Amino acid sequence: MKDIMNKEVDDRKEDAIVTEKQLLPVQLNVNGKQYILHLEPWTSLLDALREHLGLTGTKKGCDHGQCGACTILIDGKRINSCLTFAVMYQGVPITTIEGLAQGDKLHPLQQAFIKHDAFQCGYCTPGQICSAQGMLNEGHAYSRDDIHELMSGNLCRCAAYNNIVKAIEEVIETGQTPDAV
Amino acid sequence: MNRFTYTKANSIDDTLREVNADHDIKFIAGGTNLIDLMRANVEHPSHLVDINHIDLHAIQETAEGGLSLGALVKNADTAYHEHVQSRYPLLAKAILAGASPQLRNMATNGGNLLQRTRCYYFYDTATPCNKRVPGQGCSAINGFNKIHSILGTSAHCIATHPSDMCVALAALEARIKVIGNDGERVIPFAEFHRLPGDTPHIDSTLKPGELITSIELPSKGFETHYQYIKLRDRRSYAFALVSVAVGLELQDDYIQEARIALGGVAHKPWRDETVENFLNGKKAAEDAFETAAEMMMKDAKGFRYNNFKIEMAKRAIVRALVDARDLKTPEPLHCYTYNRHQQQ
Amino acid sequence: MTTIAADISQASYIGQPISRVDGVAKVTGTARYAGEYTAPGLLHGLVISSPVAKGRILSIQSEEARAVNGIIKIYSHENVKDLPWFDLSYKDMNLLPGSPFRPFYSNEIQFSQQPVALVIAESLELARYAATLVRIEYETAPFETDLENNLENAFTPKRGKTGYKKPKNRGNAKKQFTKADVKIEAEYMHGAEHHNPMELFSSTVVYGKDGSLTVYDKTQGVLNSQSYIARVFDIKHKKVRVLSPFVGGAFGSGLRPQYQLFMACLAALDLQLPVRVVLTRQQMFSFGHRPATWQKLKLAASNDGRLEAIEHTAISETSRFENYTENIVNWSGRLYSCDHVKLDYRLVPLDVNSPLDMRAPGAATGVLALECAMDELAYKLNIDPLVLRLKNYTEKDPESGKPFSSKNLMDCYKQGAEHFGWEKRIYSPRSMKQGKQLVGWGMSSGMWDAMMVPARAQAKITADGKLVVTSATSDIGTGTYTIMTQIAAETLGLPLEDVSFELGDSKFVFAPFEGGSATAASVGTAVLFACKKIREKLLSLAKKLEQSPLANVQDEEIVFVNGRICHQDDIECSLSIREVMDRTGTKYIQEKNSDLRAMFKQLGYARNTHSAIFVEVKIDEDLGLISVTRVVAAIAAGNILNPKTASSQIMGGVMWGISMALHEDSFMDHQYGRFINHDYAEYHIPVHADTPDIEVIFVQEKDTVVNPLGIKGVGEIGIIGTAAAVANAIYHATGKRIRDFPITPDKLL
Repeated sequence: MKDIMNKEVDDRKEDAIVTEKQLLPVQLNVNGKQYILHLEPWTSLLDALREHLGLTGTKKGCDHGQCGACTILIDGKRINSCLTFAVMYQGVPITTIEGLAQGDKLHPLQQAFIKHDAFQCGYCTPGQICSAQGMLNEGHAYSRDDIHELMSGNLCRCAAYNNIVKAIEEVIETGQTPDAV
Repeated sequence: MNRFTYTKANSIDDTLREVNADHDIKFIAGGTNLIDLMRANVEHPSHLVDINHIDLHAIQETAEGGLSLGALVKNADTAYHEHVQSRYPLLAKAILAGASPQLRNMATNGGNLLQRTRCYYFYDTATPCNKRVPGQGCSAINGFNKIHSILGTSAHCIATHPSDMCVALAALEARIKVIGNDGERVIPFAEFHRLPGDTPHIDSTLKPGELITSIELPSKGFETHYQYIKLRDRRSYAFALVSVAVGLELQDDYIQEARIALGGVAHKPWRDETVENFLNGKKAAEDAFETAAEMMMKDAKGFRYNNFKIEMAKRAIVRALVDARDLKTPEPLHCYTYNRHQQQ
Repeated sequence: MTTIAADISQASYIGQPISRVDGVAKVTGTARYAGEYTAPGLLHGLVISSPVAKGRILSIQSEEARAVNGIIKIYSHENVKDLPWFDLSYKDMNLLPGSPFRPFYSNEIQFSQQPVALVIAESLELARYAATLVRIEYETAPFETDLENNLENAFTPKRGKTGYKKPKNRGNAKKQFTKADVKIEAEYMHGAEHHNPMELFSSTVVYGKDGSLTVYDKTQGVLNSQSYIARVFDIKHKKVRVLSPFVGGAFGSGLRPQYQLFMACLAALDLQLPVRVVLTRQQMFSFGHRPATWQKLKLAASNDGRLEAIEHTAISETSRFENYTENIVNWSGRLYSCDHVKLDYRLVPLDVNSPLDMRAPGAATGVLALECAMDELAYKLNIDPLVLRLKNYTEKDPESGKPFSSKNLMDCYKQGAEHFGWEKRIYSPRSMKQGKQLVGWGMSSGMWDAMMVPARAQAKITADGKLVVTSATSDIGTGTYTIMTQIAAETLGLPLEDVSFELGDSKFVFAPFEGGSATAASVGTAVLFACKKIREKLLSLAKKLEQSPLANVQDEEIVFVNGRICHQDDIECSLSIREVMDRTGTKYIQEKNSDLRAMFKQLGYARNTHSAIFVEVKIDEDLGLISVTRVVAAIAAGNILNPKTASSQIMGGVMWGISMALHEDSFMDHQYGRFINHDYAEYHIPVHADTPDIEVIFVQEKDTVVNPLGIKGVGEIGIIGTAAAVANAIYHATGKRIRDFPITPDKLL
């Protein structure tokens, strides 16, 4: 075992060469606001939002693209913000959970989530809501089965799944689907 | 995660200029697999070249009547593209069976080909793995090998290739266009991924510094008789235990041409031309399908936890052939479902 | 008069489907969880985990890592010296017999993924990078992690943790077996499972100038974390404030302080700076889990289906350093009428971390085996599985002989079966089909304890008529905020928006950790009593007012409605609470509950929740594809405070049961003694696409014994029995008994 551990380290000895901070100016357009940050290239978009912009509504559940808690919208389409570097998303419109409500007026999905008790602990909720909005924007959900499948990238350990689907269906049925955000 | 330098390339020339033998350079596009592996300390490039801004974002018809899929087109955009949906629904269905909508919005076509295995031991740096560190040994052979290969394995590695998209591309006989400092070349799909042999750390025949520019689909898309079946431990967002891509060309109940590719069973999407040749000219009936399935699994060898894959693959092959034969007019694919029974 | 009645019903909140009061915070992303608090100069910690399961650390080389600009310090057993020696200092409220794990205590490795070092850096990225540069040399020792290979090493635990009940035998099961008409015997096995709440375990610790600590922790009990820190680091309780207003799921994983809390406090105290430590998803597999368990069930019955003997043996894993116990076999002596019961519960110590309570600990495991065995017995007897349950129904607790405080399992069976359409079931396996799919219908019973534990609440009403109620309890997604607000608002007749309930702060009055489905009953009763005291005070003030319209009204005729104190029959005869406080010059009234009056009465009764779960599966047999398509869960859990949040609890529990049956398995690789599928990609929990239609029914169950509001709790009961119902449905569909869980497609081929 000793050999293995050392070999692992030896194989990437050269990593240690790059030790000086290399901060890159990164311009992010989040929820309609422009931010200029100075980030290391390895800062994930998720960490940039949470740690550097204080937008902790976007959650970290796995940091490996396996849970969907970090779902945000890029140009209206959903992505996992943990599996990308902030430096790669400069200038494009980014929407997070903080950008959905209009002041005190909740977004229709937010209202429907409350009404249908579409969450328990609330940790996956921002990701679920962003994902639902992304799904509506992407325009491929035509049935309840489609919703179940197309929301499957968002785990909910409390398993509020059926209530989430009810909330989304209500927003679709009442035609309150807001324009792409 | 290790530290690295980062540059953005705006053209293929820009990109190739970055290639430098002294650096462990990686191209980054969608990042969904590379960043995942970097965070797991499996990949540690010293330099990343962001290739997202190179002009490889188009899907266009080719002179030969096929379709060229730009390397940087997102998986989701490929699957929902009208020509892919109408002419290559097998590919659309396979793509939509993979990952999650979020990941499909990020992952690119080129990156999908290069995704690395999901073997637990490859990901866990606490355990030996020949693919991660050549010479360490393979933990999976005597470990928990439920998700591992049954075909084309070696004493050094029994990992599988995790892609769904690639299984369809193998069945469709796509060709991969690549470019490097030595010029352009085209790699037939069957030659793109490799078997582990005694060099399991090398996944493909892409040379260091080469960049995938497009995936070329031949004109034949099997759009009237196709099926993609993915079997997994939950109903979505899981890698395949076994998957099958089938394309059939039928005339009066007889098979003109058959294609079968398997996922989840080998280090590369698995095809066997002797099986396809056997089917060609046969009546598209269950007995022929069953023989084909047996033939395809003839050399399969299971391990302690994945013996079931042999039987599972046989049944999936037969089912996919039956489904493909019986396919009615295909409808647009919104998402992947197979035998789902949800609420009405 | 009608006006008052309407007002009263409008002011009635208990039993209403009120939307969560913390809903807006959760849907807007403003609810902050433990790893989301910050402070100027916050440092980030990353834990390094052991790759080996047993052995010792020979050396730690961290020079290279420490040389990285921005790395503050690296902690390990080598430089952490001043920790307490005694086990007692590390005991928490959920303590197990044995010696608790002490991080950085020595170079000994007791389990794979044991935390061995902590890297503190200016940023998370830096810490993560530096961690890769730390070289640790280990000497490995032989280890044992295989439960099934070590069943012969099992021993009977002499004592267990709080709440452990030694299994009780009765009659002579062995003798009864020899003469019974019909017998079945079956073995069941499931591997370890991990809680995997969505939120990663996190602690943010802010060091105060006076040496105090403000700790934001992911926990099910802030007081548990507080006392643990105070003892381990030898600081006064009042200098440690632990907050946990929002918890991103826990399911039992937050019942013990996890090591990130220790680490963050260690570094914050040492550096006198704010520190946050967050575990990775992979590290979420490094602490407690539902233990792998092997079970054997033997049932004997008369030809007409009366149970004559039950034998239930369970052997579970525990760690080498603590005896984790749970009540697995006990339910087999309590769910049905049977005179001869033999129960046997044993443990096998292995080189793993200690198991930890996970949703319905013990019952989820034991009832799974019992209810699968009951189904096997039904088929041996050739009678309907539901009929078998009805034939063995018991009105009193067969173990203690005591009556149940309430038990309406009968209505669960009846209503559940009716809603599900059970009478249309064709008895024989493989007899129901839909197209190419096999259809299976299975059912199960379930049982859990209705617990009351000592808890306190403090209520304070101010002159503006606003009420604030506080208690050091938690809301791990269960709805505590909402139901406590409902109880308080109803007791004082206040509009919901004038009432707030605060929790998750160690400065609040005592409440135990949230677990065992006991919070609604325990804290709910405390809230009720605290508010009743305010009510009494307000009434007495109101009556004393000059020319008070209420002066001569009997207390029984008084109602509190819409912020007013009224005669129940005369709306004119009333005073507003604000007016009373204003005219008496009362700035506020603050009260705590003082006693648990119901306790003595309870002792004469068995107190339990019950359930009947009906499940439909559809199976594509060729491919081994299993879909759970429909579930009806009929629940008898006393008074349901809020059917909306309670239904969510049951639906969640049902999904956990489905998941236990079909998905969850932390696979132990015995080459390395390590859970090898340790991430969300390969440890499968259900996704949206796995979700069936779930109907939740709460049957009427009035209970005047458990507590004044008749609350029994709903957090666990949903999972119990569900996994068995799924397995039984799979048998009905396919004729195959799969006794090795989870039932994955490979096992059906």
